Amino acid sequence: MNLWWLMLACGAITFGIRYSFIAAEGHYQPPPWFRRLLPFVPIAALTAIVAPELLLVQGEIILGGGNHRLWAGLVAILVAAIWRNTLLTIGCGFVALFVLQRI
Amino acid sequence: MRLAALEEFWRGCLGAARRQPVTPAASFALGLRAVMPLLLGVAPFGVIYGVVALQSGIPPLAAMAMSSIVFAGSAQFLLAQLVGAGAPLLLTAGAVGLVNLRHALYSASVAPMLANLPRRWKILLAYLLTDEAYAAAIPHLMAVKPNSSQAAQAHWILFGSGFGLWAGWQLATLAGVLVGTQLPSNLGLDFALPLTFIAIVVPMINSRALFAAAVTAGAVAVSLAAMPYKVGLFLAALAGLVVGAALTRKAK
Repeated sequence: MNLWWLMLACGAITFGIRYSFIAAEGHYQPPPWFRRLLPFVPIAALTAIVAPELLLVQGEIILGGGNHRLWAGLVAILVAAIWRNTLLTIGCGFVALFVLQRI
Repeated sequence: MRLAALEEFWRGCLGAARRQPVTPAASFALGLRAVMPLLLGVAPFGVIYGVVALQSGIPPLAAMAMSSIVFAGSAQFLLAQLVGAGAPLLLTAGAVGLVNLRHALYSASVAPMLANLPRRWKILLAYLLTDEAYAAAIPHLMAVKPNSSQAAQAHWILFGSGFGLWAGWQLATLAGVLVGTQLPSNLGLDFALPLTFIAIVVPMINSRALFAAAVTAGAVAVSLAAMPYKVGLFLAALAGLVVGAALTRKAK
């Protein structure tokens, strides 16, 4: 029974976080600097998720050839920058990873 | 009427819709299509979550229900592990809150675009606001011009991404709960997540401020990766926002 209450509490907390600014919109006047932060949310938040996935192997920064995900990720970054195509980027990233793992 | 919507949905799924979809069905399809590559990476996580939850002593029904009630990948892993370890309830709830703190940034980011919606839509979209749904939808949402006819339908894009991820997560969890232990869990499919995020982020970087925000967020995230409950992730994103905004101000 405790488990179900815990799950409901965690669900409520998670929903509350996601609903916070959506619910508050229109009911408060944010300072001007706040609005200037918003255009950077996608880039900052998603890069913060990606960078450790590429650079860290079990908590250590590995830059050498042994870190396949880093190099495959760099290939994907290059492809994304040149062609701006989602599926092509994912495909090239996977191919690079596959090839690197087999060299 | 209904048939037309179905056709627009189908065209949207095939990517045949014109640049900016103006009907709900086409917008929904666009969001759904955008989230598909992420499902490739999310599905293995969902399966593993199902397995971990059962191993932590959570009954199958509760493990499934958690995917609907909490609906947050890394938080569900954490919750399952802490329950398995017998951690105090308050600590567990607090940890889940910290792990999901970055979602407040997504909430702030989409809030202006959802401002005119009825409350039931806001509640639904907030419930579906995960990393993946936000990432998939945001380039399309930002391309919509405010106060245009597209803007009135833009929330359907976010709904498409959110619903796609939700459905995929439920199915993956179910697979994990039912047959999880027999599935090979390390196929490297989870690499689809960083790859898709790269495909989303890189084309968006078209100014020095955006580039600086990305580099800052990435560097801080790597240096603070050892912080518990993904607090480092949240701080890294904040640092990126501040640096980006500071540089924009200087440029003006």
